[in-house]
Amino acid sequence: MSSQTLLVALAGQPNCGKSTVFNMLTGARQHVANYPGVTVEKKVGHFRTDSRRVELVDLPGTYSLSSYSLEERVARDFILHDRPDVIVDVMDASNLKRNLYLALQLLEMEATVVLDLNMMDVAERRGISVDHAGLSKHLGVPVVPTVGKAGVGGKDLKRILDEEAEKPNKASYKIDYGTMEPFIQKMQDQVVSAMQLPETYPHRWVALKLLENDAEVLRLATEDPKSSETLTRDIEQLRKDFQEETGTPAERHIAFARHRSCAAICRDYMKLPEQKRASLSDRADKFVCNRFFGPLLLIAILFVLYEVSIVFGGWLAVKVWPVWGAVEAFAAKVLPQAGFLEDPLLRGLGVWVVKSTTAILNYLPIFFLLFALIAILEDSGYMPRMAFILDRLFRRFGLHGQSTLPLILGGVYVGGCAIPGVMATKAIPDERARLATILIVPMMNCLAKVPLYLILIGAYFPEHGGLAMFFIATVTLFMALPVAKTLSLTVLGKRESAPFIMEMPPYHLPTVTGVLRRAFERIWLFLKKIVTVVVAVAVVIFVLINFPGLSEKREASYQAQQEAVVGKFMKVVDKTSYKGELLPADVPEIVLFADRLKNAKRGLTDKSAAAAVNKSFEQANPIYYAVVKRKGADGKKLNKAFKKVVKTRKKLRREMRAERFESSFLGVLGRALEPVTKYAGFNWRINIALLSAFAAKENSAATLGSIYGIDGSGSVQESMKAGETGFTALHALALMLFMALYPPCVPTSIMVRMQSGSNKWMLFSILYQTLLGLGVAVLVFSGGKMLGLSGLQAMWGFYGLCVAATVIMALIPDRSAQKADIGKTCKQNC
Amino acid sequence: MTLDELTPGTGGVMKDLTAEGALGQRLMDLGFYPGATIKIVRNAPLVDPIELELDGYHVSIRHDEARHVEVE
Repeated sequence: MSSQTLLVALAGQPNCGKSTVFNMLTGARQHVANYPGVTVEKKVGHFRTDSRRVELVDLPGTYSLSSYSLEERVARDFILHDRPDVIVDVMDASNLKRNLYLALQLLEMEATVVLDLNMMDVAERRGISVDHAGLSKHLGVPVVPTVGKAGVGGKDLKRILDEEAEKPNKASYKIDYGTMEPFIQKMQDQVVSAMQLPETYPHRWVALKLLENDAEVLRLATEDPKSSETLTRDIEQLRKDFQEETGTPAERHIAFARHRSCAAICRDYMKLPEQKRASLSDRADKFVCNRFFGPLLLIAILFVLYEVSIVFGGWLAVKVWPVWGAVEAFAAKVLPQAGFLEDPLLRGLGVWVVKSTTAILNYLPIFFLLFALIAILEDSGYMPRMAFILDRLFRRFGLHGQSTLPLILGGVYVGGCAIPGVMATKAIPDERARLATILIVPMMNCLAKVPLYLILIGAYFPEHGGLAMFFIATVTLFMALPVAKTLSLTVLGKRESAPFIMEMPPYHLPTVTGVLRRAFERIWLFLKKIVTVVVAVAVVIFVLINFPGLSEKREASYQAQQEAVVGKFMKVVDKTSYKGELLPADVPEIVLFADRLKNAKRGLTDKSAAAAVNKSFEQANPIYYAVVKRKGADGKKLNKAFKKVVKTRKKLRREMRAERFESSFLGVLGRALEPVTKYAGFNWRINIALLSAFAAKENSAATLGSIYGIDGSGSVQESMKAGETGFTALHALALMLFMALYPPCVPTSIMVRMQSGSNKWMLFSILYQTLLGLGVAVLVFSGGKMLGLSGLQAMWGFYGLCVAATVIMALIPDRSAQKADIGKTCKQNC
Repeated sequence: MTLDELTPGTGGVMKDLTAEGALGQRLMDLGFYPGATIKIVRNAPLVDPIELELDGYHVSIRHDEARHVEVE
């Protein structure tokens, strides 16, 4: 008996029920991370067999082990470099032939393989029977039938793992490659033996991969500059010789031979039913993929998704808010006390960081619902159908049928969130389309952009509010689509574009535990990655908007105003019986006392509880209490004066904040940018508001509010209109369009980095959107001014321009499609 | 004839593959090989791509990819 941990890898093709087997074996003891350096998810779980501790690593689901896709490379590298003790290959028993294709490749890698014949229930239902004992004998490895979903066969699997750990099988199954065998031998003798290979690389497998022209193994062969040239020549020669002798390219011969072996094995060990009847999935697809019902159902599903996650989720977020409000209140309580005019640094910073975090946490209910709904869509098998229905439309713009979901989540109409949108791009199998989608999702209208739209529309398009809202809600898509096409033709042109071909698996009924598990997993991942960074960025922004701070002269001026108002209060005190008991130093204390009392009673609906709070405060300081609660004749007199103090304090604090803001690093930057941004119609005040929005877009409205100084009386739109004379609807339009194209906020940028796997793409997405937004704003503002257009005319002129750009971009053919054409003409000419 | 020329409801047995590189590999990995039975199930609502049944499971493929599969 060994006490060492057994490393087991779980391999399998997509849709073979691999995750159900993973859950059956590990239960709740699992965690998700990424494979180093790539965006592929790596699930690791632990469990015990009778005598061992097992670490189970879930490999990405792949049809094959070539080096064409990232997932396949990841799976292959794990097998070759991490050398798992055992590989469990999960196979869909109802789809044995295709699943054997991967199994045979694993056997060729000469690893210790256990075959898990999963989904036996489905096979049985379809009348398919598999002779697993015969199969095991033929292949020389254990075969274990299971039903992962129902937890059947888990014990057997664990027992077999123990046996394999004691006495590992060395798979010796060899596919007969017929006419290629001499070439394989030659490749092994001439090339493989001359290569400096890690000992985990089986020689016959390397020879086969070289004949297949596998890019990764080829790179290994040409690593050594001394032998690189000869080896490359030898490999090329052997491939050429084979093709000349047989008339088939080597890689095709290899794949075909493997498939023929799979077919032969199935003929011997699998029985199909006499008569195949249409499965439930086939019948369902008649409607789901129908020319008329299909798109309708798709729209209905997307509508429900939007309603549940964004609308209902938004409602839920409001209901959950008191929790985050309590966190904020708690932070405000434990941090150092507020001052009369200025708060201690630690308090200012602490409150700012907590508020930045709760602003994101506020979206948690929306995210959770979204993740759960996406898990349902994924598990049910609807995703490929969605791609099937919409592929043709999106392909014209360099996107993929599965770009729909990320765009909807990002807010194709109004009100989404780019974070889950970018997160959902994970499902897109085409690298180029995936990146294009990641780059345009932040251009959708997320919830946080809406307040600014509302302010601007309310102030400058009051008569055409509905139209203006429709404009900004729909124009974003007509801007994003041409941009996507442009990106995929230019910067993304060299990225891998995968063929579309995909499996349309049978429908599955998602399980509650499966869906919840996935939703929690993703929420957890989100919290871990995002919240830490948001905290760090909040600190940086805090410094940028608060420092260097006010000049001594201005500080003194505010100080004088404070003293003046306190003096007025003291004059009233002198007329009461509290004369001599209340000193000027008490005034700030009373203000804080009143705040504390208000906070203590917040949310209390019960009268007796409120009375108890009142009583305890009265006991703590009867004089303060009298002033705050207007107790007695003196209390009433003083309360009137006290209210004036509170109001002045509020005003002074707001003015100081605005002034600090304007003279801060960010404010200086806003002014410095004015010479450029004036062509877009933005003055330095707008610049500051826009700069502050980078942390979170909600800030733009809040910042405008504090710049223009709102204090309950009058809305931001009114004070903005009053504060910005000479501001026209054209200015507002340019600003709205800039906001629509605004670079992704910090949490979204982090998500972009995660999903694209590089800082480079994150920076690119920030930079190109800034420049694009500025370009569009300049075009609309300066262009509109030159032509003498009104805001409304410029709006529809620009709309027409975008629609035209979309149509033109749709008609430009993709380069990869052209390549395929060249291939065909070449074939015809040959 | 090539796969993209078939209409929904018809089918055939795969004869050869003319795609190279990633497309060829992907086709082969998903189970396209000489001798496989293929039946066209339906067109997408916008005509392209097509859904087909390949040896008992369903695969969707674009017309310009299907061109590289020869059937009889």
